[in-house]
Amino acid sequence: MTRFLSRRLLLAIVTLWLLATIVFIITNVLPNNVGRTILGPFAPQETVDALNDKLGTNRPILIRYVESMQGIVTLDFGDSFVSGKPVLPQLMAAVGRSAKLAGLALVITIPISIAAGLYAARRRDRKSDRAIVLLGVTLSSIPEFITGTILVVVVGVQLGWLPVLATPPENADIPTQIRYLLMPAMAMAIVYFGYIARMTRAGTIEVLQSDYTRTATMKGLTTTQTMRHHVLRNALVPTVAVIAVQIGYLFGGIIAVEKIFNYNGMGATMLSAAQHKDLPMLTAGVIVIGIVYMVATLGADLITAWMNPRIRLDTTR
Amino acid sequence: MAATPVTATTPTAAPGQSSERAQARRETLRLLLRRPAFIIGNVIVIWWVFCAVMGSRITPYDPLNYFTTGHLPPSAEHLMGTDRIGRDVLSRVMVGSRDVLIIAPLAALLGVTAGTLLGLVMGYYRGPVDDVLSRLVEAFLALPVILVSLLTLVVLGSSPIVVVCVVGILFTPIVARTVRSAVLSERQLDYVTAAKLRGETGRFILSREIFPNVLGPTVVEMTVRFGYAIFTVATLSFLGVGIQPPSPDWGLTVSQEYSNMISGIWWSTLFPALAIASTVIAVNLIADSLQSVNNE
Repeated sequence: MTRFLSRRLLLAIVTLWLLATIVFIITNVLPNNVGRTILGPFAPQETVDALNDKLGTNRPILIRYVESMQGIVTLDFGDSFVSGKPVLPQLMAAVGRSAKLAGLALVITIPISIAAGLYAARRRDRKSDRAIVLLGVTLSSIPEFITGTILVVVVGVQLGWLPVLATPPENADIPTQIRYLLMPAMAMAIVYFGYIARMTRAGTIEVLQSDYTRTATMKGLTTTQTMRHHVLRNALVPTVAVIAVQIGYLFGGIIAVEKIFNYNGMGATMLSAAQHKDLPMLTAGVIVIGIVYMVATLGADLITAWMNPRIRLDTTR
Repeated sequence: MAATPVTATTPTAAPGQSSERAQARRETLRLLLRRPAFIIGNVIVIWWVFCAVMGSRITPYDPLNYFTTGHLPPSAEHLMGTDRIGRDVLSRVMVGSRDVLIIAPLAALLGVTAGTLLGLVMGYYRGPVDDVLSRLVEAFLALPVILVSLLTLVVLGSSPIVVVCVVGILFTPIVARTVRSAVLSERQLDYVTAAKLRGETGRFILSREIFPNVLGPTVVEMTVRFGYAIFTVATLSFLGVGIQPPSPDWGLTVSQEYSNMISGIWWSTLFPALAIASTVIAVNLIADSLQSVNNE
């Protein structure tokens, strides 16, 4: 287990380094004059040069690369071009607010989609199975901001059931906060329903066809016993992996959802950074989400290893 | 004996081979046409392509000019109402597919071409090349597509070419991974061993032997990527870094109009939103039918 863990951890660190390097290439190697980007095409050249000197963007590329890698290790992503203050505290506060939203979306979507996937798998190729698969394909193909828009029009404006904006009044209690976050969370939950349900269905169908499931049925276990002791544990392995991957994507989709619902999370922070060409903020955002993704997949690896000993004992994987 | 010409042992296309292939293709098409999802998907996509091509020749009003001073609810005159500066929403929705239907297929094509090449090389040669590239692919997969596109478009400035390149490059590793796993299972088969024993070059085996056999998953991947490309380009336009005004693009229109929803003006946002939804659903229905026919 230790060997499995350390191998996975090492791979995660290598991946993170590559990710940071890709981001560095985007912001530093692509043809780009930071001073010019910030000040616009009409600023005099001297002002642009002065700003580049101040920001240190015209130093040799290797020095900048080493500095940016050191910055990631020490969790110092530099100062915002806009406010001049360190990027990270501001970003982390926003990430915290987004995590609330993303968490609620996952809490809604995981149980429903796993249940739907299991149901569909046990009724394979019947009408209800086809309906769930088709619904999954349809829902997961619509961008979050479209789902959000339709929800706002139907549930928010026409029916008036839920507030249209996501930001709750200050010091609101938890039920009120959930009420405000419910619609944006739904917009995201709907998109992820398709992915998770389909993965659960595929995993379960495979296990249901296996020899050990047939043995379990033939030695006289009830369906409930077979499902609980033999099927679920193995069937949910691919589902756990897909949920982990979705956690990373959740933060990509959240940008558009936060815009629709006017929620002050990391999506709003990233958009305003994009408008003001605040590269350190954007860079930090991408890397923080990369870390979230990495931690999620690492967590998923651990859970699957715990669920299925064949994975953790096979050290060559 | 060594003088035996190599060409004699190289299999040239047997006379029956091409007709056999054509027959297989006809069979696939027949299976596809039996699926309602495939037909519905195609009808919707062809309708939007038709609108994009015909443009203002078939719209009831000029999509770029205004007729009243502001929002009007849907009526007999303006079936989908008018937008914030009084332009006919129906006309704008009809021509709104134009930009996304050019940018998204190009991005998908770029991603699939580069990804297939990469996947073929990774899967066939294995070894250190595969190890290094696999790590890179993993790193790319950890990058949130929307966020990285946002960053890159801020750095490079937004233009259709940049959007195509950014989305295409971000799709490349995903395609590469799919093609690689398809190649991995193909390369163990006898026909590859036979080709190797004949002394074929790696390039020949990849392009003439393995590639035709992984074409199925590649075509499916192309359709799936096309759907995601529409998804991504629409989202980027909504975020203000994709297609730029004054285009009647759907995602862009939603971003310009959505703040009016709170005051009850839903028509100028809902109809372009439904147009995007219909297109991505249609493409995914096609992709899904291709995938299941492929697996049969």
